[in-house]
Amino acid sequence: MTVSEMASALDLTPVSLGDTQREVTGGYTGDLLSWVMGRAQSGDAWVTIMSNANIVAVATLADTAAVILAEGVLLEPEVAELARSKGINVYTSPLSAFVLCGKLAALL
Amino acid sequence: MGDELRFHFNIDGDNFTSAGEASVEVKKKLRQLGFPPDVIRRVSIAMYEGEINMVIHARGGDADVLVYPDRIVIILEDHGPGIEDIDLAMQEGYSTAPDSVRALGFGAGMGLPNMKRYTEEMHVESTLGVGTKITMVVNVQ
Repeated sequence: MTVSEMASALDLTPVSLGDTQREVTGGYTGDLLSWVMGRAQSGDAWVTIMSNANIVAVATLADTAAVILAEGVLLEPEVAELARSKGINVYTSPLSAFVLCGKLAALL
Repeated sequence: MGDELRFHFNIDGDNFTSAGEASVEVKKKLRQLGFPPDVIRRVSIAMYEGEINMVIHARGGDADVLVYPDRIVIILEDHGPGIEDIDLAMQEGYSTAPDSVRALGFGAGMGLPNMKRYTEEMHVESTLGVGTKITMVVNVQ
């Protein structure tokens, strides 16, 4: 499933878009950045409530397919701009991380 | 030494927002050089963890990345407080990061363990009050 297909299936709101045709191959959730860095796999959709600029570096380096901000979390304009400049897919959803992961797991 | 490609970065110690820029730059360069994605991922994660550690604990430092055809060597050197007990610091979950840093999502005690996990070799030399030097090697299979 592509990032774009996942976004419409989960009714996600885009915050920053890069390559939305990229394949989503798995999912991961967590807010501790080193934990995510160590465990998330390339191609995962990463569900988090963390919204500071460092998530852009983590998403870039761990090579996740997309970041999904749960609980209606949004990015500060400068963080959103940074994400766009790095071509990182970021979406937001009012749903909790638990519910998002449940839905994502059912899709994959 | 001799025919390796060498990249040098000065890590700004006061800036959490720009932390990771050196790692992202290395990732970009390794991709341009055509290294396998798994190698690039391991190098950039190990380097990012080191970069963050230098920002959190040591007011920044220097990073050198030496690129050989068969391996990539990352050398991180700071003049921070040093690591009191390296064995303890290498344990997952052990952290001395302040609460302000934890609020940003760091300080999970996974930095050094991740660096070890993603590299074939890791050497830590540290002297209290003088600084820390970490050398990591990622082999190119």
